[in-house]
Amino acid sequence: MEQTVLPAAAGGAQTIEVNLGPQHPSTHGVFRMIAELDGETIVRLKPVLGYLHRNHEQIGEGNTYIASFPFTDRLDYFNAMSNNFGLALAIEKLGGVPASERGERLRVIMAELTRLVNHTAVTGFLLNDMGAFGTPLLYAFREREKILDLFEAASGSRMMCNYVRPGGVREDVPEEWLNRARAIVDGYPRFLDEFEQLLTENEIVQQRTKHVGVLPKELAVNAGITGPMLRASGVNYDIRKVDGYSIYPQFSFKVPLGTVGDVYDRYYVRILEMRESIKILQQALKDVPGGPALSPKGVALVKAPRTFKPPKGEAYGRVEAPKGELGFFLVSDGSAVPYRYHIRAPSFVNLTVLEDMCLGQKVADVIIILGSVDIVLGEVDR
Amino acid sequence: MLPALEELKTAIEQQLPGVALALEAGVVLVEPKDLAAVGRCLKESERFRLDYLANVTAVDYPPERMDVVYHLYSMAHKHGPLTLKVKLPRAKPVVASVTPIWRAAEFQEREVYDLYGVVFEGHPDLRRILMWDGFEGHPMRKDYVPENQNAPEPA
Amino acid sequence: MTAVDEGLKSELQKQGVFLTTWDQLANWGRSNSIWPLQFGLACCAIEMIATAASRYDIARFGSEIFRASPRQADLMIVAGTVTKKMAPQVVRLYNQMAEPKYVISMGACATSGGPFHKGYNVLKGIDRYIPVDVYIPGCPPTPEGLLEGLTKLQERIKARGFGAAMSEKQGEYRVPAYGPQGLLPRYSPEVWQPPTQHPFDYQRLPAAPGAAQAGTPSAPTTPS
Repeated sequence: MEQTVLPAAAGGAQTIEVNLGPQHPSTHGVFRMIAELDGETIVRLKPVLGYLHRNHEQIGEGNTYIASFPFTDRLDYFNAMSNNFGLALAIEKLGGVPASERGERLRVIMAELTRLVNHTAVTGFLLNDMGAFGTPLLYAFREREKILDLFEAASGSRMMCNYVRPGGVREDVPEEWLNRARAIVDGYPRFLDEFEQLLTENEIVQQRTKHVGVLPKELAVNAGITGPMLRASGVNYDIRKVDGYSIYPQFSFKVPLGTVGDVYDRYYVRILEMRESIKILQQALKDVPGGPALSPKGVALVKAPRTFKPPKGEAYGRVEAPKGELGFFLVSDGSAVPYRYHIRAPSFVNLTVLEDMCLGQKVADVIIILGSVDIVLGEVDR
Repeated sequence: MLPALEELKTAIEQQLPGVALALEAGVVLVEPKDLAAVGRCLKESERFRLDYLANVTAVDYPPERMDVVYHLYSMAHKHGPLTLKVKLPRAKPVVASVTPIWRAAEFQEREVYDLYGVVFEGHPDLRRILMWDGFEGHPMRKDYVPENQNAPEPA
Repeated sequence: MTAVDEGLKSELQKQGVFLTTWDQLANWGRSNSIWPLQFGLACCAIEMIATAASRYDIARFGSEIFRASPRQADLMIVAGTVTKKMAPQVVRLYNQMAEPKYVISMGACATSGGPFHKGYNVLKGIDRYIPVDVYIPGCPPTPEGLLEGLTKLQERIKARGFGAAMSEKQGEYRVPAYGPQGLLPRYSPEVWQPPTQHPFDYQRLPAAPGAAQAGTPSAPTTPS
């Protein structure tokens, strides 16, 4: 950590400039923050990004539409299925590819399982940042492994699944997979109860997270915040309900909202969202329709990617990824390769308000606030 | 529900005299000089209430043109999207920043500046965000040639 | 253990007497207590954390604690894509580690740029600036893969004499600086040399199968 002493700042106080990152045990990836401290209190905070800028967009301009799917896995590397889903929706809008019924149902199942995986892991990381050295994280990873086994059985890979395609999903799943998924989903509420018993009423968690990092409603909307961070500030905006994409309108689920918008609300909203996801999964796993997993147009696309030439135009497809609104902006010039491929990443935009939330807080609180924003550097830097 | 684009166009043109919008394939084209006024009007009008700027990005059309594209939604009325486009000359792409209107544009405009070279006037802190400060060039432009990493290095 | 006959050794072992050398004993201790540096860059970092979690449990191989400070770590697992912006920091951290130190390049990105090698900001392999001991392929390698790599590193440590490992000094490696288009220097000539023969030039794909009739080779020719 570099330390330089700056000349007297505006209030007459002498401040210290401290570097947090890019290698730091509590950052969620290679993320750097330059903080100006007055004692232990943050006076100014500037994030520095770009340490994982892997130019997905430039690579996307050289690939066919299908070939970009493995790269979307690596954007938000916790939630590969949701990222694939977003790109599939954008391509379906652009090229007019309808999806098959079974494919839609499987996509929703995978997306909600991903939401469970993400929120569990994030809660574990948040508690790790708070100093609960490892225990909730290991509980979280234990549950995560069960779902990763499901992903590996369906798609061949634990994390980088590359499974969802425009028109449905790449491979069908057998009946035993659905039975296993049902068993895991039915066992999940018990794990959540165990987790909550450990954490929600815990005095240390409450003292460290209540009224820390408050994000007011108006600022959240103005700064384009989406996802659990927005809902914790009290704004009822969930893209699954607003856009009603895929077959989400068929399922009944609530959208949990917070009141204050502090770290505790963001943690608790995620726990409640996990319970809602379990509800959706229980409905989705009942009577899964038969038929092909990939619609005929989707099959044609997969078999001969270079023959898929969507008409000239543009499309913006967005999904409610576990971290917020993940959008894909595609511009087609009539050839098999997109002319412009842009990714609107939720973590990138959510970082806009990091400084606002951290002003006046202590250094230790900054780590927790960053943990509650829930960033993944693969997405932030793309 | 977001009104049809023709209705939106007439409403804005009535409210802001001197502003002329064009419609092209479901997208509203705005002149660069009118962007701030149109943006403020769209955000504050009761009918539209487009208070959520989802996406700011640029598309490069060498040799003449560079577009900046905005996607707007409304969290209050839960409708959208509205796509705004601004066409800029590629040699000197300059446009007013919408960060004073929608703070969501802050980082995204910095990214467009870094990767495409579009200068946003009125942005509070316009500097490179993804590449390092000493980097020269704008990598996402279609005519950018990256360095050859395997070129021989003197010992 | 060249001094004592193997048969004698096994006879003595049955009686409960074990013979060893200082080298073997020290290397056994060193290789079974490698402490990695907490240094995840991208997706491979998540698999590294999963390896440290309870299912795959890297602690049973001795890597109980991931140290936060490079001064206290023996091993740097470069997990994830090294971008040009991050490369100077990686080399600086490597210089700060105490010797003897090891590097595992985990995943395709750290080895050679991986799926992102076409990028303007991606360093095509961390071995351009620092010496790497074990390369683990995969994208991401499963936790079993990482454990296999760790086992190979343990074998390497055991194969080298303890005295030699302790007395050699590697010195500081050159930290690259940010240039206008990339890093300067592009690679450290004492650590890595660019390949003279390119095994696969992806700019020139082979002709379509119908055109490749008798006489034409199926693989692209290599420029020499």
